[in-house]
Amino acid sequence: MFNNMKNLFVLIFMLPLIGVAQDLEAILEQEAPDTTLQVAGTFNGTRLLNGHSVETRKNGILEFLISHRFGRVNSGFDELFGLDDSNIRFGFEYALTDDFTLALGRSSFEKTFDGYLKYRLLHQKTGDKPFPFSLTVFGSATEKTLKDYLPENKPSFSDRLTYTGQVLLARKFSPNLSLQFAPTFVHFNTVTEPEDPHDMVALGFGARMKISKRVSLNAEYYYNLNPFESIEAKNSLAFGVDIETGGHIFQLVFTNSRSMIEKGFIAETNGSFFSGDIHFGFNISRAFQIKKQK
Amino acid sequence: MKEFYCSILCVLFLNALNAQDKYITKEGFVSFFSHSIVEDIKADNNQVLSIVDATNGKIAIQLLMRSFMFKKALMQEHFNENYVESYKYPKATFSGEIVNFNEIEAQNSEVEITGTLKLHGKEKEISTMVKVERTLNEIKLSGSFKVDVADFNIKIPSIVANNIAKTIKVSFELHHKPYVQ
Repeated sequence: MFNNMKNLFVLIFMLPLIGVAQDLEAILEQEAPDTTLQVAGTFNGTRLLNGHSVETRKNGILEFLISHRFGRVNSGFDELFGLDDSNIRFGFEYALTDDFTLALGRSSFEKTFDGYLKYRLLHQKTGDKPFPFSLTVFGSATEKTLKDYLPENKPSFSDRLTYTGQVLLARKFSPNLSLQFAPTFVHFNTVTEPEDPHDMVALGFGARMKISKRVSLNAEYYYNLNPFESIEAKNSLAFGVDIETGGHIFQLVFTNSRSMIEKGFIAETNGSFFSGDIHFGFNISRAFQIKKQK
Repeated sequence: MKEFYCSILCVLFLNALNAQDKYITKEGFVSFFSHSIVEDIKADNNQVLSIVDATNGKIAIQLLMRSFMFKKALMQEHFNENYVESYKYPKATFSGEIVNFNEIEAQNSEVEITGTLKLHGKEKEISTMVKVERTLNEIKLSGSFKVDVADFNIKIPSIVANNIAKTIKVSFELHHKPYVQ
């Protein structure tokens, strides 16, 4: 009996000594804290091409975004293949926190002001507690200020407004491939023709394929479930290249959409991509760190 | 019966010794600094794991590349995504030895430390001087050394070649406490 107990005791007290045989690396592995990490860089920028990506800028970054779309490339030599005509949007987008961005922008097309709120609710994670995807919610309002009406028909402020609500879901499948799905709701306070819907639902699909560390190919498609009939609206399609250099991102875009804001490219695209109604354009983003990271 | 207690005491004593021979920290500090004409870049990591075996001076250090904090968030993102590719190589490790550790007598001594630094999938032998402060309950190590970015197969694109130094200064400060299992 004593003998047995003695053996047991010796064994128990000897146990910690087994640790001696353990090498230092093994102890570190064992002591390493929980390593759940957010998956970074699902997309290079806050825009996939025309539309938003799940990405938000980090706390304290002010991003200045200049987006540009020329005319249609099939408009011939007289228009220098669309380069004579151009639309531009300037945007100032400020990240109040790592997940929350506020922005203001103005598009030359229909002299439209836009503002948006964007909040990243969920982050894709790897490690001990992985999570499979990222989710961002987006809401915007736009005001058209182009005076394309007769003086007696002056629309009220609220008549000139549109709203967009969007849920962006994305997953980085590999360091090179990320896919995004974006159900979108657009509301128009006024429409030009009675048969046109005030509310519209569209499904956005997007992909990014990295071809080198700083260059990626992007594609984006918005399938509109109830498009405007009066303008024979088409679904928005875009292909492009992202080039990332330090604090800049250059995006070269080929798209059948003229507008660079949601209500415009989702609802009011009337060009047919495969008939050559393609607008060449670019987005240039410059990020300024206004507030230093801790 | 006497033997029995004796053996227990012996084992306890051995255990006590065992507990004293390894020193660990989970909040070690490592920073790196790049100086160029265009800008200075600095990043700090306060979550470095390091363990020293006081019986032979052997040391192992590991850190997560993602835990390096930069002043600019975008810089931090690019560091992880484009330079050190931390999704592929999440850790940097050092495994080596403080030379003649047990012969250190003075309170503050500068001694040599040698070992292998593994980073971005590449290994390199490093030898540098380290300041050792040893007290009953603590082993403090501090110092700095230089590494060439090219040795670790980290490519700097020509467009930012003027912004990033080719040789980076790495500083460390590790305060090890007795390791209890």
